[in-house]
Amino acid sequence: MTGSPFIQRERNSVQRTMFKVLLALIPGVAAHMLFFGPGIWVSLILCSLLGLALEAGMLTLRRYPLRPFLSDGSVLVTAWLLALSLPTLAPWWLYTVGMVFAVVVAKHMYGGLGQNPFNPAMVGYAVLIVSFPVQMTHWPGLIGHVPHTPDFLESFMVVFAGPGNLPDAYTMATPLDDLKTQIRSGKTLLDSLGMPIGANGQMVAIMFLFGGIALMIKRIITWHAPVAFLLALACTAWVLQMLDPGHHAGPIFHLLYGGAMLGAFFIATDPVSGCSTPLGKLIFAGLAGFLTVIIRTYGNYPDGVAFAILLMNIAAPFIDAYTQPRVFGHRRGKRRQP
Amino acid sequence: MRALHHPPARKLHRFKGGIRLPGHKSISTERLIHRLPLTGKYVVPLRQHIGSAATPLVRRGDHVLKGQRIGLPQGPLSTAVHAPTSGKVIAVEHRPVPHPSGLSDLCVVIVADGQDESVPMPPIDWRKMEPAALRQLIRDQGLVGLGGAVFPSHVKLEPPPGRPIHTLILNGAECEPWITCDDRLMREHAAEILEGAAVMRHLLQAQEVLVGIEDNKPEAIAAMRWAASSMSFPIEVVAVPSLYPAGGGKQLTYTLTGRETPSGGLTTDIGVQVFNVGTAYALHRLIHLGEPVISRLVTVTGHVLYPGNYEVRIGTPVHNLLRAAGGVLRESNGLIVGGPMMGFELADDHAPVVKGVNCILVKDPENFPAPPPPLPCIRCGECARVCPVELQPFEMYWYSRARDFGKAQAYNLFDCIECGCCSHACPSHIPLVSYFRYAKSEIWAREHEKQASDRARAQHEFHLFRLEREKREKAEKLGKKAGERIDSITADDPDAARKQAILQAAIERARLAREATQARNTDNLTAEQQREIAEIDRRRSQRTAPPASPALGSGAPDESTVADATEPPTADPSSGASSSPPLPAPTEGGRRP
Repeated sequence: MTGSPFIQRERNSVQRTMFKVLLALIPGVAAHMLFFGPGIWVSLILCSLLGLALEAGMLTLRRYPLRPFLSDGSVLVTAWLLALSLPTLAPWWLYTVGMVFAVVVAKHMYGGLGQNPFNPAMVGYAVLIVSFPVQMTHWPGLIGHVPHTPDFLESFMVVFAGPGNLPDAYTMATPLDDLKTQIRSGKTLLDSLGMPIGANGQMVAIMFLFGGIALMIKRIITWHAPVAFLLALACTAWVLQMLDPGHHAGPIFHLLYGGAMLGAFFIATDPVSGCSTPLGKLIFAGLAGFLTVIIRTYGNYPDGVAFAILLMNIAAPFIDAYTQPRVFGHRRGKRRQP
Repeated sequence: MRALHHPPARKLHRFKGGIRLPGHKSISTERLIHRLPLTGKYVVPLRQHIGSAATPLVRRGDHVLKGQRIGLPQGPLSTAVHAPTSGKVIAVEHRPVPHPSGLSDLCVVIVADGQDESVPMPPIDWRKMEPAALRQLIRDQGLVGLGGAVFPSHVKLEPPPGRPIHTLILNGAECEPWITCDDRLMREHAAEILEGAAVMRHLLQAQEVLVGIEDNKPEAIAAMRWAASSMSFPIEVVAVPSLYPAGGGKQLTYTLTGRETPSGGLTTDIGVQVFNVGTAYALHRLIHLGEPVISRLVTVTGHVLYPGNYEVRIGTPVHNLLRAAGGVLRESNGLIVGGPMMGFELADDHAPVVKGVNCILVKDPENFPAPPPPLPCIRCGECARVCPVELQPFEMYWYSRARDFGKAQAYNLFDCIECGCCSHACPSHIPLVSYFRYAKSEIWAREHEKQASDRARAQHEFHLFRLEREKREKAEKLGKKAGERIDSITADDPDAARKQAILQAAIERARLAREATQARNTDNLTAEQQREIAEIDRRRSQRTAPPASPALGSGAPDESTVADATEPPTADPSSGASSSPPLPAPTEGGRRP
């Protein structure tokens, strides 16, 4: 017996929220499969199984009940986000290391569901890109742009047994990698964008955008973080391009390549590691979008979404504390830091 | 006749948050009000209002008449209590009362003689009475807020000095699901409600009278508009959106006027006073029929054979009321007093209907399933989006759970109206409101302890100071005497001064010990307060016990509905803190840190 209220919103649970997020990722996954081959399913399945196993292990070690915590779906969201951030057809141990850091270190060592200060998937990604930069840049090529695209079974073999006797040329550099190497080698942007980077690749990002909008409509996420993230990203890219059009890609390029859309709708909106006040979300995601372009442009790594989000994760509690909304009946314009 | 179907357009203001709830109102609202026949026994508690309990005026064996005063109001914040029918007093003792704590309270138990013989009840010519005398009369006739907050009405009917009341709002919103007594009352007694409002308007000197009714009650709105058209002063009946908690006093005030009641303040701070329509109706009966508050409308609904609205004498045991409603159906799983959002579970159906009971809701497993086990908070912010006070409930929850009550307070814990929206919306099924009640009662208890220890310290320090002073004075006196009679002392008794000093010291020690035992300054308290303190102490000592005990409400102010909840925040720390049984030492989802 507890106190009132005695009724609860129907069809409302953490589990439902998490599975809606997974559902919203499906269009992006489908586009990925269509344009890059079925290899994405291998990494999704592998990461999901690893995630469930690691979660179960950690829950057992921490003596938590398995059923409610394993079925909440949070570890699957982490697994899918990491799988979608990593190159497909990478060796199995790459996914394993990533998932171990995401689930064991970033999630459970900080106290499990709801307690992690950093986004687990982004921690896994950051560890991998710092430790294994070579494997992290081997992305499979677009269908039609590489001589051969492995089917599902071949993808499975590649992940677990290595390329073997497959034709070697199934990978190619991603546009962001390409941009970085081209600019490093002294060419101007016009040369690099002249090559066939494949317009179809952008479809994946556009599908993530649609999935994200669906989440907004279903009121799983609010507009604040995605809009602030994408707007800040585009503005920063635009300003840089204005300053030096020869060496900087424009806003459209930054919006549609790399993890920008995934980051805007699925990672910057993470309630646990992000901000929770409306103004805080705007600041958090806006600065993350800005940092993404800065890291992409001036950093050593091709994509900056993960580092930008992790940096802002550190600041999130601080931002929240200073952006508390006015409470009903309190004086306007006077914000008190709790 | 004024424009009946074209009321002046009023700009409504939408408060933030709130939730839409399935009403479940039609099952009890379609039948006419049914007057409950006399029952054999009535249990009339002497505390049916916020403030100090009335003192009994009758003893065991006395014969009382219907409407006879049996409880005398104590102090300014108190009201009288009356006998609901004629009969014999068989006991004045502690009985279970409907209260979240499940505690018992002092009641007058009357066995009806069936005659229903009444004291003379002369109608009152209120226009010729002095306002002060009229308020005194209202107090002596036992009028309190009947929306559930049971704040003594005579206090609310006195405009605070220097703060004129320009707007009187009648609260007919009835936003809680299941409850329909105000709806039914407005449909059947609209004119009488407005007669009561006329007296309120006169006492408050209000220029404007508004009636706020949720737009899911079109019949009530039509009835009230019809009645308003024949009143001698303008009354605006406004349909407000059906959005829980639209009937919260501060929420309704905002919806109708666009003005926010300052935090920690009252609606009177912005010139508005809010009364429940049931209170206005009771005031009408009090004035025009000369009848004290000895009955009220109660919705009996849910898993019961004949759901409906019943006119019930105060003191009727709940089980008698349920029997009159055809009885509880099989498989019911408990009773709720009030609505499902802000009510509380009634442990004992022998408890009586009191002035604050507007609904008896019989639960069934289909509509009231056991809540799923809570999961950890993922800070999704849904609670903040539905909070009508624009709080950040999840932050308050984290700090309440960590027992960091200072921080919880910094996140404006005391602005929480305990409406239950956050708990209702939480995807992790965390009983947030229970945590907030727990945190509030802990803070009240600590405040109370701190005051007691501050008093004790001040007393002790003064005592030390006095000891020092006495010693000094004695030394001076001794020194003087020694100078005068040094020869005689040495001659008579060399030990006299020393003995005297030892004796004095012993007396002082004894006195010190005596005062130390009284350090909590409990010597001037009433038996009632001492019982409450004992209750707090017991609860606090059990706080570390296993988390099986119920998490119940913090006390009277928000008992059953938010309607008419315009009383001041509980002024008396002891009454707020005392009635709260322990909340489980907060744990959920297993054993989280």
